[in-house]
Amino acid sequence: MNNRKRLMENVIHGIFLVLGLITVGCVLLITLYLVISGIPAIRKIGVFNFFFGKKWASTAAQPQYGILPFILTSIYGTAGAIVVGVPIGFMTAVYLAKIAKPKVKNVMETAVSLLAGIPSVVYGLVGMMALVPGIRIAFHIPDGASLLAAIIVLAIMILPSIIKVSLTALEAVPKEYEDASLALGATPVETYFRVSVPAAKSGIAAAVVLGVGRAIGEAMAIMMVSGNAPNMPKIFQSVRFLTTAVASEMSYAADGSLQKQALFSIALVLFLFIMLINAVLNFFLKQNKE
Amino acid sequence: MKRWITFAAISSLALVVMNGCGQTDSKAVSTDGSTSMEKVIGALGEAFEENNSGVTFTYNPTGSGSGITAVAEGRCDIGLASRNLKEEEKAQGLTETVLALDGIAVIVNPDNPVNDLDLETIGKIYMGEITNWKDIGGDDLEIVLIGREAGSGTRDGFESITGTEDACKYRQELTSTGDAMGAVAGNPAAIGYASLASVKETVKALSIGGIVPAEETVRNGSYVVQRPFVLVTRSGTELSGTAQKFFDYITSPEANEIISSAGAVPVNK
Repeated sequence: MNNRKRLMENVIHGIFLVLGLITVGCVLLITLYLVISGIPAIRKIGVFNFFFGKKWASTAAQPQYGILPFILTSIYGTAGAIVVGVPIGFMTAVYLAKIAKPKVKNVMETAVSLLAGIPSVVYGLVGMMALVPGIRIAFHIPDGASLLAAIIVLAIMILPSIIKVSLTALEAVPKEYEDASLALGATPVETYFRVSVPAAKSGIAAAVVLGVGRAIGEAMAIMMVSGNAPNMPKIFQSVRFLTTAVASEMSYAADGSLQKQALFSIALVLFLFIMLINAVLNFFLKQNKE
Repeated sequence: MKRWITFAAISSLALVVMNGCGQTDSKAVSTDGSTSMEKVIGALGEAFEENNSGVTFTYNPTGSGSGITAVAEGRCDIGLASRNLKEEEKAQGLTETVLALDGIAVIVNPDNPVNDLDLETIGKIYMGEITNWKDIGGDDLEIVLIGREAGSGTRDGFESITGTEDACKYRQELTSTGDAMGAVAGNPAAIGYASLASVKETVKALSIGGIVPAEETVRNGSYVVQRPFVLVTRSGTELSGTAQKFFDYITSPEANEIISSAGAVPVNK
């Protein structure tokens, strides 16, 4: 009987191990697949031409595969979303954690969670119908589909992750710190910004990095508002991101063509970007623990 | 344990059967070519499979040129091209049969006063030689060029008909007909193109050189922004039984309804 019990235990351990390995296996498989299918095109096109070429014309008679516009657009777009989104998200988190009355806090937290649950295609649709024409009219430009529209959509999309993670970090600040500051005569606002925020800074940094990760990987929503033409990025210019470059051409690219291989190479570049961001995120989270 | 063995036996049997299907050539018909024909040939293939149990239909979207090469080399039964065959291709012993016609509508915002353009003007607009609507009888607005993504069949068709291959100065490259129409509907200065069958009232389809785009004008050839969907076969060689059956079916009037609902204009009566 005892033996049988032990066998059962072992079997269940084995099952859990296999289930755990599924995730690991998927990551390894995807990484391997991307590297194997992404490297040949970079080699064929040439590292310099691929990364620093300014022109992408994959279906032209003389195809050109330069992804500098996509890389810069992804960096500018993400940076823009951070510049717009982080102050709003951060201030909201400070307000919710320290100032808001419980009732207000409840309502606002629900709203933030709802914002996180909206599918990205809906962001894109609303952006296309309201934001793009709005930008066109507000700035008197011929067409509103631009880097600016993408930045605004991304900024709104990263708000929930920034608010939630910074909120958790701020709420974890020991009450004694704040009490001590208040007892020394600091005003509440002084206390929040001089004591609570510095104490929660690594958590807030993690929130920002998480926002970067979300913004750089988004495709669907920005595909619908950014115009999707492979131009070098300018604020009112129609632009194409790394993600949308892959998404928009993949369905038509013929198997085995250089175009399809180049799309995999773009995916590989994007993957490396996201890995880098994850590494930075882990670094901040570790600091937070110590 | 017994159950597992039965399950394993059944699944391996199923695999064998599925493999078998792929290998029996007499029951299969393979097509290869134009990506623009995906919708039409896909719908026809599905209907054919439904009506004839046991046959398999395959379609390899490689582009018109590759499709023609594939049929010339005998790698598929029927090649698909969204253009007429060139003389030298016919000289290789290939025959073309027009399956349907594809009309492409040039669309603008309903508020745009322009109703008619000719093909040359459209080419100039898309190549960036004409940049303001006031130069062609419209309001003083900079023209916003809406197009489709590289590789799209509609884009390929539009650019080859207007002679603007690889030269279009697109402001937006959108990935679906719906998005393209949405962008044109939302901007009074926009011009775009879409497959004729999918045009809705949210946008205005321009007449080209005075000819209104419609099924009738596409069929009689007076509406010029159109191209043929062509079936390419080898002249001397006979098709296999199933392939011949498929060919007869899709060129018969029976298939017309499927062709129309897939967005093209059928030509066979």
